[in-house]
Amino acid sequence: MTTYTPETLTRPLPVPTPLTRPFWDALAERKIRIQYSPSLGEYVFYPRPLAPRTLADDLEWREISGAGTLYTYTVATRPPAAHFASAGEMILAIVQWDEGPKFSTEIINADPEQLKIGMRVRPVFCDHPEGDITMLRYEPETNS
Amino acid sequence: MGLRGEAAILGYCELPPQRKLTREPSFNLEQWARLSKAALDDAGLSATDVNGVITPLIGEADMFVPSTVTEYLGIDANFAEIVDLGGAGSAAGIWRAAAAVELGLCDAVLVTFPGTHHFPMDDRKPFVMDDKMHFGASSNAFGSPQAEFEIPYGNLGQNGPYGQIAKRYGYEFGYDERAMAKIAVDQRTNACATPEAVFHGQPITVADVLNSPMIADPLHMLEIVMPCQGGAAVVVGNADLARKSKNRPVWITGFGERVPYKTPTYARDLMTSPMVHAAEQAFSMAGITRSEVDMVSIYDCYSITVLMSLEDAGFAEKGKGMDFVANHDLTFRGDFPMNTAGGQLSFGQAGVAGGMHHVIDGARQIMGRADAAQVADCHRAFVSGNGGIMSEQTALILQGD
Repeated sequence: MTTYTPETLTRPLPVPTPLTRPFWDALAERKIRIQYSPSLGEYVFYPRPLAPRTLADDLEWREISGAGTLYTYTVATRPPAAHFASAGEMILAIVQWDEGPKFSTEIINADPEQLKIGMRVRPVFCDHPEGDITMLRYEPETNS
Repeated sequence: MGLRGEAAILGYCELPPQRKLTREPSFNLEQWARLSKAALDDAGLSATDVNGVITPLIGEADMFVPSTVTEYLGIDANFAEIVDLGGAGSAAGIWRAAAAVELGLCDAVLVTFPGTHHFPMDDRKPFVMDDKMHFGASSNAFGSPQAEFEIPYGNLGQNGPYGQIAKRYGYEFGYDERAMAKIAVDQRTNACATPEAVFHGQPITVADVLNSPMIADPLHMLEIVMPCQGGAAVVVGNADLARKSKNRPVWITGFGERVPYKTPTYARDLMTSPMVHAAEQAFSMAGITRSEVDMVSIYDCYSITVLMSLEDAGFAEKGKGMDFVANHDLTFRGDFPMNTAGGQLSFGQAGVAGGMHHVIDGARQIMGRADAAQVADCHRAFVSGNGGIMSEQTALILQGD
């Protein structure tokens, strides 16, 4: 059987679009900026042109603290794709920001044993110069 | 609102799943033809009775799939649909077929889901391992929310997100890993009465499940489906054809479906699955109660899917599903027969055809063709479909006369 695969599989990095660019630009400045719909009265994530559910055309960018709680997680003992083969055990997590929306991320700088759903977590800004991008990961707030 | 129960499953074909293919490799289109012919033979109907097709995505075409299929089989279709709802696609295809029959568009509709992924190979047409193969159900296309906000964090595939759901369930309602293991154990008992099952002859215990490797905490390997090679087809026809068919007709009397999101991160309430709405609509349409169902076939890619579907379909109280599982015998001879041919966990999951396993499980029981695994006096079945990460869900009610 003949298969063609790229020579090396590296971890995929986010590529901003014109619409999502403000979120990524903020991360590079160590800030977290997401959308808010005044008519919906809710923060919105991920970035969209119109508010979900109402399709209201009033989304505006607002800075949030980025603090939140661990909504759920799992310890992935096997790489989710070949691109993550060198990543080792990954803690795949959903963090709920204090402002409401949930964010798909990884927990780093933590022993899985110390994790508890509902615990406070704080942002870790991770620069990836090879992709000209800053990713947002999380760690327990109790880390010194 | 809804179906009048005037369309029925009249025949089916389900290939015995294989972990390593010993059948000849063939293209999805070739499988489409052969599976359909076998289902028509099973029903005692002719290809000329068919004027509708429902297909999933296939390997040989990215676009114009329904017309590619009708041309290949030589069917003048009045209704030709592609259903892209993953593991919910089979159940979703069945109600769409029933709707087409009841509207008078079609006399008979083939709902055929090829499930063998070993194709003939030629160096001049190399198989390209692209993003679609690497990232499975997540799109890595530029502009895709999954490419931008999920894949880079490893949030892709199935194991991780289902592990996250199970973890959250434990936080909200408590977690009894022995009850979760019992789901797999009871289904294996059913597979051991089903010669076509991939794990026929290999009984397991709760300890076996709990001692199997942890894949995505808290889910163990034996709580996760085994990908297999296979395929399935079902013929749905009208009352006239039902009278000509060889089998007891299995009427489709109710359905429900809900498709609210792609990725569980964005569920408004992750603990309330789309099945709540789908099942409620299905039962309401059929006009029967949960207790009137003689068997259930619940989509079981993971043990947690079964648990939450039992709760959200209304068979078990929310948050008490583990007690329900622990206190009921889920085998074909038990007080709550479920996934009586082994489910996908023990029968095998033939790709997107895995969803059809549950449709055929229900039809086989109502037709009285389950042999050693037959549920006594079985006339009503509840069938669930589940696609994505509990993000696309379909429910069916099937009934004998």
